[in-house]
Amino acid sequence: MGLFSKRKTVRVDADILVIGGGMAGCGATYESRFWGRDLKVVCVEKANIERSGAVAQGLYAINCYMGMQWGENQPEDFVRYASNDLMGLVREDLAYDIGRHVDSAVHKFEEWGLPIMRDPETGRYQREGKWQIMIHGESYKPIVAEAARKAATEVYNRIMVTHLLMDKRDRNRVAGAVGFNVRTGDFYVFKAKAVIVAAGGASHIFKPRSVGEGMGRTWYAPWSSASAYGLPIEVGAKMTQMENRIVLTRFKDGYGPVGAYFLHLKTHTQNAYGEEYESKWYDDTKKLVGDYVDRTPVPTCLRNHALLREVANGGGPIRMVTKEAFQDPHKETVGWENFLGMTIGQAVVWASQNIDPKHTNPELTTSEPYVMGSHATCSGAWASGPEDYAPPEYRWGYNRMMTVNGLFGAGDASGGTPHKFSSGSFTEGRIAGKAAVNYMNDMGEESQIDEADISRIEAEVFQPLDNYAVGRNEIVAGTVSPSYILPIHALQRLEKLMDEYCGGISANYMTNEPLLDRGLELMDMLKEDADHIGAEDLHQLQRTWEFKHRLLASESVMHHTLYRQETRWPGYYYRGDHMNLNDEDWHCFTLSRYDAETGKWAMEKAPVYHIVD
Amino acid sequence: MPTFVYMTSCDGCGHCVDICPSDIMHIDSTYRRAVNIEPNFCWECYSCVKACPQNAIDVRGYADFAPLGHSVRVLREEAKGTVSWKIKFRNGEEKNFESPIRTTPWGSIKGPAEYDAPGAEEFKSEELAHEPDALNIEGGLPVLSADRLKQGII
Ligand SMILES: Cc1cc2nc3c(=O)[nH]c(=O)nc-3n(C[C@H](O)[C@H](O)[C@H](O)COP(=O)(O)OP(=O)(O)OC[C@H]3O[C@@H](n4cnc5c(N)ncnc54)[C@H](O)[C@@H]3O)c2cc1C
Ligand code: SF4
Ligand code: SF4
Repeated sequence: MGLFSKRKTVRVDADILVIGGGMAGCGATYESRFWGRDLKVVCVEKANIERSGAVAQGLYAINCYMGMQWGENQPEDFVRYASNDLMGLVREDLAYDIGRHVDSAVHKFEEWGLPIMRDPETGRYQREGKWQIMIHGESYKPIVAEAARKAATEVYNRIMVTHLLMDKRDRNRVAGAVGFNVRTGDFYVFKAKAVIVAAGGASHIFKPRSVGEGMGRTWYAPWSSASAYGLPIEVGAKMTQMENRIVLTRFKDGYGPVGAYFLHLKTHTQNAYGEEYESKWYDDTKKLVGDYVDRTPVPTCLRNHALLREVANGGGPIRMVTKEAFQDPHKETVGWENFLGMTIGQAVVWASQNIDPKHTNPELTTSEPYVMGSHATCSGAWASGPEDYAPPEYRWGYNRMMTVNGLFGAGDASGGTPHKFSSGSFTEGRIAGKAAVNYMNDMGEESQIDEADISRIEAEVFQPLDNYAVGRNEIVAGTVSPSYILPIHALQRLEKLMDEYCGGISANYMTNEPLLDRGLELMDMLKEDADHIGAEDLHQLQRTWEFKHRLLASESVMHHTLYRQETRWPGYYYRGDHMNLNDEDWHCFTLSRYDAETGKWAMEKAPVYHIVD
Repeated sequence: MPTFVYMTSCDGCGHCVDICPSDIMHIDSTYRRAVNIEPNFCWECYSCVKACPQNAIDVRGYADFAPLGHSVRVLREEAKGTVSWKIKFRNGEEKNFESPIRTTPWGSIKGPAEYDAPGAEEFKSEELAHEPDALNIEGGLPVLSADRLKQGII
């Protein structure tokens, strides 16, 4: 194929391969080096680790910090909080593990130079809320990246990882990964003894509210491309809680975060007529979920539910009451810097629409759903628990190892552990890094890559370029071809399908079995069409593979949503045919396993263990 | 357009191309200057704006909801350790903010291999690098006894 015939294949032999250099990937790289002094630790990233992932523009808070040194919280308190917020379904063994380690990571961030605000009276970190501490985090990512660069043997930027490689003799053991350089088109084959997937969460699974120029202004970054799910799903790793997508209540259009507003500025919401509305929907919510509505703090999804009910009832728009708080210059500064530190687009929206929260109470909205594992939600891979206390059903290998041998996950990639946020994701990367070194040291005979797999996958990776080159000759010009679709076409079809059949915004987050069945039929056709995507250049080839990872993740979301016959998280989504929470049958995790050969999904239940006193 | 590049300021150095997490800043082959090739995949994250040595990149809010006439400008000064913002509203009102970005010199982080290597017995413990010291607590890493994990509904 003319243009790409000069394509080179680059082979890299690693001991530990970290896929994705975001928060979790940087943690994994750092820790792998600490324990594996002589190992070749390689971090591979599709962008540039200096500013990649969900923290690219910075953060204004670290949302997971215990404060054990001041007796503020213990890991058990964190577990109770997270479990409560997720309506009882959390891998409490994993959550406890995050809680007991996270403070040491945050202390390191401060030592490295991250400005953490201090309470002038107590000298402790300035709390935004019970779990959150405030930072000047514009350079959070560059600082963490500097630590990772010092740890890695090599960092490869601008390599889009497309597939994992499996061992030649043991098809349930990982042997490496492949991808391509988005600048040169070179094909990269990474051989590795252990692989840590830390490729972040997923935006653009569901149709976003803005579909024009602003479609990139999603709440989670548009480059969160579901690779953390697509890669392990393809090789048969079990996934959990994929139905547990998250819907965010955010400032309208910019999706600016509300945490600092509620917690630190003490602002509150009201409906269009200046009324408090949440209590109005108490009985309605209680009918759906029973006593869960009485928990404190009220679970995130239930607060969404009240807002959605109020809007459906004609009480919108919902507004954040900022006018009083913003009279205080300190609070005004915090309110603005909160956006400039992590969602600059919201400041742009307000400047453009003359919204000064000192004079106007800004509108809120609910976002389209996202699939991720580190916020108030916990989709991801089913991972082995900590060696010292995990119950037998949760333990088959090393800490954070997926159900595929030698394959680890951290951050958004790892399921069942919500509320990790930036610091907890970094911490989970560290946990996985140490476990991966132990796995490697114990593993005995090395894994072997299969050259036949590599040539088959290489052809598949670059096929979209050929599809375009050939098909393009058929037509005069433009984007409409009878033989290929562009990556953006495929993505928009996926988003529409998920939106309409799997509970997106236009369906008011509602779905049911007939809708899901029909959605899966349409998805099968989209899967076939995915072989006919035409990529004009390497950038579009990257978009193609991002789409393919999103597609597999979406299919998993569909199957999980179909399998769980209840509405566990009203406000995130509703099963219209099973509107109530049903603890008797569904106080469990749902697990899926995909078989790439047959295209079939196997579903099962797994028990929930709680920490008791 | 989210980000766009001023023709007369850009010298084609490629810093923005190198940093953009969305891979949408590219050098235009005719003009030899940078261009946002996919505005609908721009997050307005300002990574490119901060990285441009010529201040050639600006943001015009997404056309589908942001009226014209606003501007949000940033200046990130690594040596000074600050980031400053100037917000101009459509109605001409202005606000300015400045924050610290780092408290230590760039490049000063001590890599993990510069610490003493862990002993053989530490590999099987639950402690991570720098623990328990870095936890700043007495009594070591918190532990959970396995019998406190129970199946059921609570
Ligand atoms: C707007 C916003 C506000 C937030 N606010 C807070 C807050 O106040 N406090 C807080 O603590 N947390 C906050 N978070 C959450 C926090 O950012 C995430 O929890 C955390 O970044 C997740 O870490 P991760 O490593 O799993 O994913 P990421 O940090 O997103 O990293 C994933 C990495 O993988 C790379 N990658 C993806 N696919 C591939 C591939 N195929 N090949 C190679 N590389 C790939 C990506 O480029 C990226 O670098 C916020 C997030 C957002 C978006
Ligand atoms: S603002 Fe961010 S996403 Fe947009 S072009 Fe610049 S670096 Fe890329
Ligand atoms: S960084 Fe600035 S000067 Fe350099 S190519 Fe980009 S826009 Fe042009």
